[in-house]
Amino acid sequence: MESVKEILTGPIIKNNPIALQILGICSALAVTSSLKVTLVMCVALTLVTAFSSLLISAVRNHTPSSIRIIVQMVIISSLVIVVDQFLKAYAFAMSKQLSVFVGLIITNCIVMGRAEAYAMANPPVASFLDGIGNGLGYSVVLILVAVVRELFGAGKLFGIEILPLVTEGGWYNPNGLLLLPPSAFFLIGLLIWGLRSVRTEQAEKREYKLARHTAVGEGA
Amino acid sequence: MSSHESTSKTLLVAFSLSLVCAIFVSAATVMLKPVQEVNQALDRKRNILAAAGMLVEGKSVEEQFSQVSTRIVDLRTGKFSDAEDPQKYDQRRAAKTPSQSEKLSEEQDVAKIGRREHYAVVYVVENDTGGIDKVILPVRGYGLWSTLYGFIAMEADANTIAGLGFYQHGETPGLGGEVDNPRWIAFWPGKEVYRDGDVAVSLIKGSVDPSSASAQWQVDGLAGATLTSKGVTNLLHFWLGENGFQPFLNNLKNGEA
Repeated sequence: MESVKEILTGPIIKNNPIALQILGICSALAVTSSLKVTLVMCVALTLVTAFSSLLISAVRNHTPSSIRIIVQMVIISSLVIVVDQFLKAYAFAMSKQLSVFVGLIITNCIVMGRAEAYAMANPPVASFLDGIGNGLGYSVVLILVAVVRELFGAGKLFGIEILPLVTEGGWYNPNGLLLLPPSAFFLIGLLIWGLRSVRTEQAEKREYKLARHTAVGEGA
Repeated sequence: MSSHESTSKTLLVAFSLSLVCAIFVSAATVMLKPVQEVNQALDRKRNILAAAGMLVEGKSVEEQFSQVSTRIVDLRTGKFSDAEDPQKYDQRRAAKTPSQSEKLSEEQDVAKIGRREHYAVVYVVENDTGGIDKVILPVRGYGLWSTLYGFIAMEADANTIAGLGFYQHGETPGLGGEVDNPRWIAFWPGKEVYRDGDVAVSLIKGSVDPSSASAQWQVDGLAGATLTSKGVTNLLHFWLGENGFQPFLNNLKNGEA
């Protein structure tokens, strides 16, 4: 069995859910235009992944395989609804900004992916830690993206002005593209490129090879 | 393993899991409901105060709201009405209910809202002598992507704007989303609505020239958001016009509301 440290930190760089497994991209695009919202989303996703893995692992020996995906979905949805209700009760302004994306944690591939790939085959405590680890891996990428987007898109971090904007009488002319979802695609793409250049074992093998160019009449 | 995959075991697992999850979710929802309702009510009051330019940060919203009274206005007659309970009346639902609203013709419907409800909830701010200081009216209309929901606060002369604010919209962040920018919102107080009885207030392209003769009816448009700016102009023209609150504002000015 892997060590606790391995389970917790493995998904951060070595096996990052976003950078290596390319899961959970949709919410990474949607919520990262402000750092505060991003942090709440990260905490919510980490909690849901950890507890759903724990519970799914606890009932894994009693789950008939014919309905296992539905069982996983029911457990995940219940947790997400509870998280959503808590946010509405204790962080109302935040839940208004996150709006539909908390509900969409249900369909987040990371949660389902870990449930199916790890929790169904491992004991509860290890599954819980695996959930936390993957949540952290997701959080690291989201926070990096959010820092870049909020700082250069709005000149702020946590809503506090860092680069004074031209419109407020400062010198920084913000890059509006960074506030729009596509910018997160570019940032995550660059991040994956960087990561795979350093850790070449993460780069996927080519699935095809380009044929050698042959001009008409030259070929065999 | 066969007992594991049997139909009876499958049904048992499905049933017990659903039961446990249902109890868990219902318990959380029921227990948290009171806190959520308080939040929603506070949020609405905060928006109303912010539109009127009366919101002071750091002071309790409830306390600040104590000088505001909630009233119902019949949009057909332009007078206060007791036909609905202001605490319970759901204006947004009424706007979708055929018996509580009327369909607008294409010509009338400048704000693209489809139907207009018969009754509207307005908020009256009283001054120290019990007279009307400000009146806060709900407005809504279509921008570029979404319906903008907001409040406009009018001074007692029923012509001068005391403030404008939107509390819900889905416009592009950084462009149309700048309707939330405090610097833009600060342009509104002091602007005038009516010119010779017609709604004249509008957003213009670029910045308002203060020396222009019509400067008091003009507000800077949102840069890069022509359609959102048009939407804001249109919704003000509808809600402050003859199918909106104009009859009520006239009555108010003449003391007949």
